[in-house]
Amino acid sequence: MLKLKVNDIDVEVEEGTTVLQACEQAGAEIPRFCYHEKLSIAGNCRMCLVEMEKSPKPIASCAMPAAEGMVLKTNTEKVKKARKGVMEFLLANHPLDCPVCDQGGECDLQDQSMYYGIDKSRFKENKRYVPEKYMGPLINTQMTRCIHCTRCIRFATEVAGVPELGAIGRGENMQITTYLEKAMESELSANVIDLCPVGALTSKPYVFEARPWELKKTETIDVMDAVGSNIRVDTYGWEVKRVLPRINEEINEEWISDKTRYACDGLKNQRLDTPYVKINNKLKPSSWDEAFKAVSERISTTKSEKIAGFIGDMTNMETTYAAKDFFEKTIKSENLESRYEKLYINTNIRSNYLFNSSIEGIEKSDLIILIGTNPRFEATILNSRIRKNYLKNKTEIISLGDVGDLTYPYQVISNNTDTIKDIIDNKHEISEKIKKSKYPSIIFGQSVLKLKSAPYIFEEFKKYLLENNKISDDWNALNILSKNSSTVGSYDLNVLSKNSSYEILNKLENNNFEILILFGQDNLNFEKKNEFIIYIGSHGDKGASIADVILPGATYTEQDGYFTNLEGKLQKAYKASYPPGEAKEDWQIINELSSFIKRKNLYKDKNQLIDSLINYLNINNKNETDFEVPEYNFKSEKIITEEIDYYHSNAIARASKTMSECKNIRLSLLKTGTDN
Amino acid sequence: MAVKKISKVQPEKFEFNKKNKDTADSIIKNYPSGKQQSSVMALLYLAQKQNDNWIPLSAMKYIAKYLDMPYIKVYEVATFYSMYNLTPVGKYFFQVCTTTPCMLRGAYNLVDVCKRKISEEENRLSDDGKTSWLEVECLGACVNAPMLQLNEDYYEDLDPTKLEQIIDKINNDEVPQPGSYRGRLSSEPENTRKTLIGNKNA
Repeated sequence: MLKLKVNDIDVEVEEGTTVLQACEQAGAEIPRFCYHEKLSIAGNCRMCLVEMEKSPKPIASCAMPAAEGMVLKTNTEKVKKARKGVMEFLLANHPLDCPVCDQGGECDLQDQSMYYGIDKSRFKENKRYVPEKYMGPLINTQMTRCIHCTRCIRFATEVAGVPELGAIGRGENMQITTYLEKAMESELSANVIDLCPVGALTSKPYVFEARPWELKKTETIDVMDAVGSNIRVDTYGWEVKRVLPRINEEINEEWISDKTRYACDGLKNQRLDTPYVKINNKLKPSSWDEAFKAVSERISTTKSEKIAGFIGDMTNMETTYAAKDFFEKTIKSENLESRYEKLYINTNIRSNYLFNSSIEGIEKSDLIILIGTNPRFEATILNSRIRKNYLKNKTEIISLGDVGDLTYPYQVISNNTDTIKDIIDNKHEISEKIKKSKYPSIIFGQSVLKLKSAPYIFEEFKKYLLENNKISDDWNALNILSKNSSTVGSYDLNVLSKNSSYEILNKLENNNFEILILFGQDNLNFEKKNEFIIYIGSHGDKGASIADVILPGATYTEQDGYFTNLEGKLQKAYKASYPPGEAKEDWQIINELSSFIKRKNLYKDKNQLIDSLINYLNINNKNETDFEVPEYNFKSEKIITEEIDYYHSNAIARASKTMSECKNIRLSLLKTGTDN
Repeated sequence: MAVKKISKVQPEKFEFNKKNKDTADSIIKNYPSGKQQSSVMALLYLAQKQNDNWIPLSAMKYIAKYLDMPYIKVYEVATFYSMYNLTPVGKYFFQVCTTTPCMLRGAYNLVDVCKRKISEEENRLSDDGKTSWLEVECLGACVNAPMLQLNEDYYEDLDPTKLEQIIDKINNDEVPQPGSYRGRLSSEPENTRKTLIGNKNA
């Protein structure tokens, strides 16, 4: 620990901290543009100058390591004058277009020039003009406003792992650009918009949409993937204008993926805003009563075992729980399923389907083995953590089969299941590596759990890890990477066929059901024959297109709802807006439907539902369930990592114009090929 | 000095010839393994020498691949340093220094001559395609101001008429004598004084 004095206050800081961090620990605020906690140090904006005893000149506090016995001053006349000077230089070439700049109101340069700057300039020459650059469909550029902090370059190179941004030229003529101006090939690209302290990089879909002070801000969580990134949703009236990241060191640090940020225009398109009933083979708008009547008539004349329900990929836990109650109490059927593929899930204990190493924990892992997964597209934020680990520790990363560019190098080994058998039998070189490693992480993707030999792979690998003491209280090497935000929550609520058999999915394929209730489920793979399909959901997507009755529901921004992320953290999404038109919150629809069928509500109000849900989770998550491991055999087969359509992976993203644009650009880049 | 323009006409392919490839490999060996990117500047200069004194984009890509580094990093370096030419230059390439000492001694008169006798704009080839000129920052020969660099040599103590003579000679494919054009030996004093002894204000 180092002892320093900041403004006559004694502070003790850890070795390796910078002067800027030390000053902050002493409670002194240091203005900055180029410095950012999560990026490397550049030290080129000079805004963080402070006075140090025995130094004739002010020092750049972000780039100076703290040392024993330093005496620092952050509020002297000299420092104030230095800041004013720097501000004057930064503003010399910065245009005075704040009234037409999208950053206005949340601009670091604007705020800091108010606090630390002066109100006039001695610069009489013409201001510099920089031509606009093309950086893809998400980032709007106004490079004349750029102050050359290089945060975007450092982000692209370090965190996103796509060294495509750079600074060309020098001095006043320095320009930030991508190589020959093409779209950034990263799923994290839009984070440079948040990083930009001025209005040089702004959001293209949000251009001239609203001012920050006009927006209602709701802190909530994201459902585009199973990571559960913490976000802030900004709404103007009903419309969700934009989505921004919220800092959560345990999950997304301060980044979010492009899908999380820009799928929000999908919340406005393709919405179901009124109930529909199919009459004469054509869906006609109707009232809620008519729709409920059509449904309840059908349900009460059908045998309960011929009715099945399917939970969707973005359904919150309240809805799942209400659906479970609806099936158990109102319909008296057990046919409720949350999977849409035949995945092997051992629900005996919770850690069998969680990402046990945890998102934050992956940073200290010393061996990462990817089996049937492409984390870049399945959990972008998690992938950036793996990259962070790689950059810091040069960790060995191994993948069974080539899954494409993951933004870090990895070793590719045979993707046959025999490889796994060899590892378990200690015949493979990787067995030694796992044994030697202190914190190994084995990441199973859903593509593995789909295999015929999935029970063998999962159970035997788990046994192997247990034998080698890699599953203990302080480290669990077994990780399941779920793709969808509702997956883990549904498993926690035990919404699976008994013993996680494929009974319901098999029956669905054989068209054995007469009524299907889809709770936002759009991914089912079956051919419709005579089934009567009820769709409860928000978007007119695959599910709604085959439905006979549509009950319009709400999206994640329009209702409060719990979600469990892939590492098992229970988080709540808050209501930022309200459902459009006649649409209702999902749990309400189920509750009212129940009262229509049984003349009795499932719940008095939402609080009763939540109490009951939390109670269920408390009991269920702590105890083992009676799960019988089925008999399994080894089968030699190829583990093929399913390619996911990143920009169109769910109903909201599919309805989003921005996401479609991103997808087209990515496809055209693939077609023409880049030079490497 | 604005951002350097990139030539619109670009050769499709660039590759080091045998000799330069050997040189490049030996330069890379000067750095510890894994730090081969440090040799980017030397390799860019090699490429420039091989390609008629300018670096095409294909050469930057080639070097990026050669050193296993992102293109943009090579591009950054090439646009940063003024001695890398990113557009074709003449066989005879005039670099006129216009930094303060030269400027005070009339460097802009030389620039006018260049504009008149070579091409209207800097970095544009003359009509016969043999010569081009460029304004540059200090070349470190302030004692002999104003001066310019023609290919590898310095031409010092110039004035417009002398520069015109030089350009005329060049146009006839003669190589003019480098060095001072007022008959000085390098930067010796113009009068006979050899020391500062006895100089009141020295």
